[in-house]
Amino acid sequence: MGALSEEIRERIRAEFPKYPNKRAVTLNALHIVQDAQRQVSIEAMREIAELLELHPAEVHDTMSFYGFFRDEKAPLGKKRVWVCRSISCMLRGGEELLADVCHDLGVKPGETTADGEVTLEFAECLGVCEGAPCVLVNDECYPNMTAESTRELIKKP
Amino acid sequence: MINRTESTSQTITLTIDGQSVSVPRGTTIWSAAQAAGIEIPVLCHSPKLEPVGVCRMCVVDVGERVLAPSCMRECRDGMAVDTTSPKVEQHRRVLTRLLLEEHLVPCEREKTSGDCELEALGRRYGLTDPQGHSLPEKATNPLQDFSSPVIAVDHQACILCDRCIRACDDIQSNHVIGRSGKGHNAQIAFDLNSPMGESTCVSCGECVSYCPTGALTPKAITLPIIPKSEMKATDTVCPYCGVGCSTTVYTVDNRIVMTEGRESPVNHGRLCVKGRYGWDYTMHPHRLTKPLIRKESAYPKGALSSEVKETSGQRRKPGGIVDIDEVMPAFREATWDEALDLVAEKLNGIKQAYGNNALAGFGSAKCSNEEAYLFQKLVRAGFGTNNVDHCTRLCHSSSVAALMETIGSGAVTNVFADVENSDVILITGSQTTANHPVAATFMKEATKRGVKLIVVDIRRHDMVDFATHFAQIKPGTDVAFYNGVMHVLIRDGLIDEKFVAQRTCGFDELKKLLLDDYSPEKSAAICGIPAETIVDIAETIGRAKSMLIFWGMGISQHITGTDNARCLISLCLLTGNVGRPGTGLHPLRGQNNVQGASDAGLIPLAYPDYQLVTRFDIRQKFERAWGVELDHHIGLTVVEIMKGALAKSIRGMYILGENPFISDPNINKVRKALASLDFLVVQDIFLTETAEFADVILPASTFFEKTGTYTNTDRRVQLGRKVVDGPGESREDWRIICEISNRLGMSMNYASPADIFAEFASLTESYRGLTYENLGPTGKLWPCRDPEHEDGEKILFGDTFPTLDGKGKLVPCPYLPAAEVPDAVYPYVLSTGRVLEHWHTGSMTRRSQALNAIEPEAFVVIHPIDLAVLNISDGERIRVSSRRGAIELAVRAEESVEPGCIFIPFHFREAAANVLTIDVLDPFGKIPEFKYCAVKIEPVTESASA
Ligand code: SF4
Ligand code: SF4
Ligand code: FES
Repeated sequence: MGALSEEIRERIRAEFPKYPNKRAVTLNALHIVQDAQRQVSIEAMREIAELLELHPAEVHDTMSFYGFFRDEKAPLGKKRVWVCRSISCMLRGGEELLADVCHDLGVKPGETTADGEVTLEFAECLGVCEGAPCVLVNDECYPNMTAESTRELIKKP
Repeated sequence: MINRTESTSQTITLTIDGQSVSVPRGTTIWSAAQAAGIEIPVLCHSPKLEPVGVCRMCVVDVGERVLAPSCMRECRDGMAVDTTSPKVEQHRRVLTRLLLEEHLVPCEREKTSGDCELEALGRRYGLTDPQGHSLPEKATNPLQDFSSPVIAVDHQACILCDRCIRACDDIQSNHVIGRSGKGHNAQIAFDLNSPMGESTCVSCGECVSYCPTGALTPKAITLPIIPKSEMKATDTVCPYCGVGCSTTVYTVDNRIVMTEGRESPVNHGRLCVKGRYGWDYTMHPHRLTKPLIRKESAYPKGALSSEVKETSGQRRKPGGIVDIDEVMPAFREATWDEALDLVAEKLNGIKQAYGNNALAGFGSAKCSNEEAYLFQKLVRAGFGTNNVDHCTRLCHSSSVAALMETIGSGAVTNVFADVENSDVILITGSQTTANHPVAATFMKEATKRGVKLIVVDIRRHDMVDFATHFAQIKPGTDVAFYNGVMHVLIRDGLIDEKFVAQRTCGFDELKKLLLDDYSPEKSAAICGIPAETIVDIAETIGRAKSMLIFWGMGISQHITGTDNARCLISLCLLTGNVGRPGTGLHPLRGQNNVQGASDAGLIPLAYPDYQLVTRFDIRQKFERAWGVELDHHIGLTVVEIMKGALAKSIRGMYILGENPFISDPNINKVRKALASLDFLVVQDIFLTETAEFADVILPASTFFEKTGTYTNTDRRVQLGRKVVDGPGESREDWRIICEISNRLGMSMNYASPADIFAEFASLTESYRGLTYENLGPTGKLWPCRDPEHEDGEKILFGDTFPTLDGKGKLVPCPYLPAAEVPDAVYPYVLSTGRVLEHWHTGSMTRRSQALNAIEPEAFVVIHPIDLAVLNISDGERIRVSSRRGAIELAVRAEESVEPGCIFIPFHFREAAANVLTIDVLDPFGKIPEFKYCAVKIEPVTESASA
């Protein structure tokens, strides 16, 4: 017991009325936990299963299907930075931008900086092709990025 | 795609490979082809599983643009199906080749049982031939998981057909297996991707039996597994619990190699861990192979092994079976003649000197109907006394007493599989997933179809996960709880008034007691369940069209066991829940032949078929049949016989296959009783704790070494067939009984068990007409009017009860507290019971490698809150003591028990729970109160445990 705080549990429970059954809350619960804890640990999955009255295997099924979720073996940094390398962005320098950020942070896509601040990812189209190349930091999207502006963005507290 | 002009008739006619086939609407093409004798290859499909259509091996040509999966696609009128066109064959060939890309040939299944379905397809398409298709040979396989004691996992051989997932989820309802990852990284996963041996897997092996490849295979238990066609297969049943699952046992050179579930109305091919993996005890090196006689030097008699000598809780040696080296020197080997002559001489001597009633016999609910019948015949006609009993006394005697009194019959009124017709299932005092695992699978399945499940128990066990209502009552307060429920039913007009008026008596008395004294509030104060919950449960029961009640030892093993059962019966009668589909009373029988042993007269008050020894006409009938004069006094029960031994009124005993030293309450007293017998002959397969007190030990046969019939909890009489020959000079039990009887001057001559069965059946109503021939492969339910053509009666008492007035009796029962309630010195309530992997006193299961590996040690379950107060941590060794003795064992912290209550399984001799239990009896069923006594808990100090 105890991977999930009462506050997180409350937030998960608050989702129940929006759906026809508790099973449907699985993804929301995984998001809530990952946002708060930067990972969905095995213990957290066990507790989600209990809250949603599912079998642990069912939660793990869903969690492991989506590359978006991380377990305790590869937790996320405080910031998750996505650099788009899909076609529009690629044509406008997205791949080079990604390479620059990799170099700056000293990590490969998917990895987290040693200080635990930033996790770098590549994205497959963020849906902002008119602003290519674009970058997503956590949930916010930034269009028309350069290596310079991205560096600034990442540094911003 | 749908043909709008299709007729709406219920029969569909189509052609498959040019052959015209008619099937009911809704049939899939695969099933239609199967019925027509056309084999379509499948990988993800299996007839008992829901089709999922993930592998596409079963595709056929139905004249559409793309091929159709036959396991999913329904037949349509006029459809023309081609199952072997070149296009179809090409598709299957490519698919097979792709799947084989990553499959090490031969995989584990192909290497052992030789039936990998993928490799068979590979051969069919010429792909596993070394010249045809070269396969990647990898030196090591990192994807193996050997953590389960019984199952080997090889993810490399897995083709993600989902069969195991459906077997675990849909068939066994254990929900252990899922998928993890996607695409190339997808694989099956146990729970949260744990190693199988650390997951919640209960080792039922269902997934293994459905796996088409070497991904999930059984580990060898005795000899390596080889193709089934090279082994001898024998159809029989499981030796363990009252569910009585049908099995096929495979042997090589007189050794059992593996066991499979077999199709029958009981288990539909399912098994639990005991049935599937727990048979190797029969080949254990400790088997008794020669008659043994106690040496002169080993008198005066007493226990021999240090653990049995003093159960102070000191553990001398690890492991849980009698230390042969310590015990054997007290005995010498003898010939059968010498041993049997000695038995006859001693028993006769006691009879002459102290009278017939100084003798007694314990039979066993593990022996067959034939053995039980012969044993009670020997005691009644040979010894001349009715002092014959068996372990039913310790499990359901109170239930039977209540059932006989109220509805005139002790057997179940309906089979457990009829839950499929119920609205509500009530399970009370039964940890069904552990004690009747396969029956539990059908109950779990029913809840998924929307049947409501009410669980009333002192422990939060696995069935609660499937329950709509759960009442965790305080120990020993069942009567108060059910009285509260019935109060609401009567108060709110939720009873079946017509049924009560026409088919019951005693309503007014019951109503008065309930309405006067058991308001939900008053019940709540006693049983600890909120009044609203009591009302809610009562309303659920009252509104249900049909309810089936299951109960176990949690109801029966109390001094109020009979009252508890009476309440359940009243609950059924008040709501009219007897005699219709989906309704009934079902006390789940523990051992494989509890029902049969009682049916065969292994009880002190009645001859076979519950014909009372006190009735003159009945006695005359048996005197005629057996050719001797019989005693008209009701005999003594198990615990009374032990007391008699202590008091020296019982002097000689014959114990067949029972181990009262571990199974009876208050062991320290049992020890004295066994030691004070003038003569004790024990007939068993192992040197049990009880055999340490014997003068003569006779080597008997295991379930697998003899033929006989066994009657399961549903009243289904099934044939257990001899699978292997017994070791050394061990003999079949029925032969040994005959030898002793003949030496006592009561002649018994039978050619075979079938002969004995015929004699037994002819003296009963219930079994009359049944023969070894007409029992067939899956047995018959008694009563069976026409055994040649019918399966027997599932549901009893549709019109009337076999009581004098034909009515069911409602018996009011006021609540009475348990015999020994906690106090300042002994503040905790102890309840005893079983675990999934073990059986009774452990003499079989602890000698089964797999079962012992899963659950090797004694433990006590305590709530974390209590542990915190006592400053004891999970896993620590502690001492539990009662007024009668003390044991030491490891703690398991669990919230399944309430604070203040602890639970100890009674299988473990080195920490025998029955050292602690109290030998007070229910006044009617004479059953001891195993489920309630007061104990205290202390940490073990270092010096004491050293
Ligand atoms: S052995 Fe039984 S419980 Fe375990 S994974 Fe297989 S089907 Fe599920
Ligand atoms: S449920 Fe009972 S009868 Fe069936 S396999 Fe398990 S122990 Fe044997
Ligand atoms: S068997 Fe039909 S799709 Fe797998």
